[in-house]
Order: sequence, then structure tokens, then C-alpha cells
Amino acid sequence: MKVIPASDTSLLVVFGDAISPDLHGGVMALFHALQDRRDTRIRNLHPGYASLLIDFDSLRLTHDELTAMIEQQGSAGDAPDRANEAVVIIPVCYDAEFGPDLADVARHGGLSVEEVIRLHTSPTYLVYFLGFTPGFVYLGGLPDALHTPRLTTPRVSIAAGSVGIAGSQTGIYPVDSPGGWRLIGRTPLRMFDPDVTPPTRLQPGDRMSFVAINRETFETLQRCGGIPSARLEP
Amino acid sequence: MAIRVAKPGFFTTVQDIGRYGYAHLGISPAGAADALSFRLANLLVGNEQNVPVLEMTLLGATLEFEESAVVAITGAECRATLNREPAPSNAAIEVAAGATLECGSMRNGARSYLAVQGGFDVPLVMGSASTFVAARFGGCQGRRVQAGDLLRVRQHGGMRHRSLRPGSVNVPRNPTPLRVTRGAQQDWFAPETFEKLFAGTYVVSDQSDRCGLRLNGETLQPSGQRQLLTDGIPLGALQVPQDGQPIILFVDQQTTGGYPKIANVIAADMHRVGQLRPRDEVRFAEVSIADAVQALREQERWLTEIFA
Repeated sequence: MKVIPASDTSLLVVFGDAISPDLHGGVMALFHALQDRRDTRIRNLHPGYASLLIDFDSLRLTHDELTAMIEQQGSAGDAPDRANEAVVIIPVCYDAEFGPDLADVARHGGLSVEEVIRLHTSPTYLVYFLGFTPGFVYLGGLPDALHTPRLTTPRVSIAAGSVGIAGSQTGIYPVDSPGGWRLIGRTPLRMFDPDVTPPTRLQPGDRMSFVAINRETFETLQRCGGIPSARLEP
Repeated sequence: MAIRVAKPGFFTTVQDIGRYGYAHLGISPAGAADALSFRLANLLVGNEQNVPVLEMTLLGATLEFEESAVVAITGAECRATLNREPAPSNAAIEVAAGATLECGSMRNGARSYLAVQGGFDVPLVMGSASTFVAARFGGCQGRRVQAGDLLRVRQHGGMRHRSLRPGSVNVPRNPTPLRVTRGAQQDWFAPETFEKLFAGTYVVSDQSDRCGLRLNGETLQPSGQRQLLTDGIPLGALQVPQDGQPIILFVDQQTTGGYPKIANVIAADMHRVGQLRPRDEVRFAEVSIADAVQALREQERWLTEIFA
């Protein structure tokens, strides 16, 4: 673990230089330990693949004090084992209308469309972190056969809920946005809703799986607001 | 009481100090681009420092007041008029019922702030009134204000506005370089690259907004071919994309990114980034983290000493 000053109000804690569940376990352990402190001098936590950026009020907490706090935390014990925690299920409709690039992904991997769907819905993915836009998840665990380069020309507009593949990554567009990922399906669930607590369906460190649904189920879920579970009041 | 927007100006949003504690969900703070002028506007009308105001960009708004109010305009000079008579900046202004306040084009910066006694009454989203336009939430329905909007003002009572000591706020026309500390990936860049950064003059591109300011000038390249594992981005990071033209990441920035950060604008100078206009020239000077924190401390003290 290396602690680097990133600015006059932040520190970057680097756990390594690889995408691995082990390194990520260290990131999550420190993330949860700092969150649990509810220290108002710490303003924001940005987990990455193998690092944690900590933004803080440097008028009330010094870089040295925070570094000591981090090192003390690092020696406090192992990361909590999250393997037993529930897997979040994200239903996806892989109809051609929602997955205009499904055939290309299949061709690129030498697979049938059915095999692409079976492979995409088979792993339990790890949510490494959220970033880029509100609710955008960086997932680990996409099967090698599905790795497909992103589009050479990005689309101008992609509907919220679209599920795509870019290189070794798969993910979900939480809000309407431009983008260059190969689209293979769409979820009826809202991945980001600023008026719900918490505002994103997935959190860093979550485990999740995709489940294939048909068009009828997609429309039913969409009609009930895409939020089958009860809304929690803040 | 409500204020009617007759003309919205170029890009006017409701902002407060920002939305903290949600970066791990990909949500950047947003908030006032020039937080110092934002706080000053509130203090002048007698508000607490973190009360929602209007942030106006390059061209100000025209507002019609149903009832009397006390307002203050800070930040860039925007040639405001009240019922067609010049209205002062950096001072509380008493506005009579039925009056029209017109803010014009800005001269010495990019953003003016309009605070009203009591503050603008918008729903808080994740604890903040700040508008995050890209994700369409916060502020006035997640968007810039439009002609015809009725902006409600919070009920208040017994507040006293304040005034400044003469000459305590002046914006220098040719400001000193933006002060930076070295960034998280500083060891990716050779000493000569830092020399280029600190010797060069950069020009703010037209493609600049609250997410980031793109700069044109000396090309900066990391030494060797390396691929950065996506990590968190601090506010004010000077990120170097593949074309070598740096970008200052700003209040609506993405929370993580894959480009190396060579340097970072210090917190005490972030308000100046909020006043940069397209085609403005920027230079950079290095300071230590200790000096940066000291500068921030002095700025906080300054804010308590300027009132009469």
C-alpha cells in the first residue's frame, strides 16, 4: 500500500497496479472503514480498480494525520469477506432492438447469439467501482470469448439501461448519453435515480449477475417504474 | 415570494457549495464554480454561507421581483441595472416590489453570482441545491433556468445585510499564475515536461465548461508508454490525455478517469478557474502542499476580515 498526495485536499492510496479481486478487497476494506468513521473532515471517497482517492478538508485534517489514520486501518485486519453477500440480479432483454450489436459480438467471438447470451448471463460479476457518470459501474468478470473492441464511431445517443461491451468490460448506461460500447441488450431497471436512497442500484463491492428476460417481462417491469422493490425513504 | 425570470442569460443555474459524499456512486460535487464569490454574495445579504444562489455565465439574467428583496451580485462584473439605473457589485442592493434587475455581459470573468436574502427555495437532492445539468438533477428541475421560471425565495426574517470595507474586493486584470501542486502521477513525467508546463502559456479552449477546461499550448507527454488503471480524480486535477493538451477537471467532472494527472490546481485558486473564459491565457506555478494549505487558511481569514 502506497499513500500519495494527489492534491492539497486529497490523498491517493494505491494498493497495486492490476485488476484483481484481491487488490480490490483492500480498496473496499479501507473504503468501508473510512465510511464507517463518519468523519465530517472526509468529504468524498473515490474507489478505483486498485486505489482509493480520499478528498478531505485540509483546514481541519492534515495529510499526515490522514496518512496515519490510513496506515493504522491497514494494519487493523483483513478485508471483511463479502463473498456470502447477496448477488444483485439485473434482468436484461437481449432482443435485437435493444442489442443492435449482439450479432457483431457473436461474430467476433465465433459464437451464436444464444451462446453470447448464455455466456453474458453466466458469471457473477464484481462491481469494482462506479465512475464516469452517476451510477456507471465498472464490472470485472466478462468471459474472454465476449471481449469485443468498442465501436469506431460512438453513437450520439444511447438509451438509459442499455447493456454493452467494450474490450474486456461490460456495463450498463445509467442515463441517456453518447457512447461507443457495443450494445447487446437493455435492462428495464433504473440504475440511477437521484430521488431514491441510495441513488444507484449497485454499490462498489457488490456482486451482480445478468438474467435474460423476454420482451413481455421487460415491458411489465418498465411499466411498474423499473423498481420492483419498495422505495426506501431517506 | 418569488422572482420571475424574464431572460435567463447564457447559462444560469441554481448552485450552492456542492454535493459531497457521493463520489463513490459516480456523482461529482457540482456546486458554485467560483465558491469564493458564491460565499461572499450570501454573506453580503446576511445569509449563511451555503445558501442557494444563481450562478450566471458570460451573460447575466433579467429578473422581475414580485415583492421587495435584498440581493447582492458578486464575481465577474456584469453591468447590472436596477430599473435601468446602474446597480453596484459586491454590495447589498434593496430591490423594491415590481422592480426589474438586469444583468448584462461579463467583463472581467466568466461568472457572476446573485444571492437573495433567504436564498432560492429549491428541493435539496442528496443534501444539496446544486444543479448537475449533465445528469439532469438538482437546482431548478435539473436544468438551467428558463424565461418564465418562477424562482421561489425561502421565508426568512430579521436578517441584516452587510457591507465591505472599501477596496477589499478587486479582481486583477492580469492575474498571477494558477498555483499547482504535483499530481498523483507526477513520476510519469520527466523534469523537462514540468519545465514546459511551468514556462508555457496555455489558452482556454472554447470547449470548456463546468466539467473541465481544455487548454491549448505546449504539448505534455508522459515518458514511456504506460497505461493507467482508472483511478479517482481530485477537483482541479490537470489531466493529460493522449494528445498532450492538458484539461483542468472542474466541479461537474467525472469522478474517475484513465489519464495521468501531472499537477493539481490548489484549493485556494479554484475560484479563479471558475472565472476563466474561453481564450483567456493561463500560466502555472508550482507550490508545496504546505504552502497551498497555508494559502487556503489565509483565504478563509480574508473572508472574515473584509466586512465593515
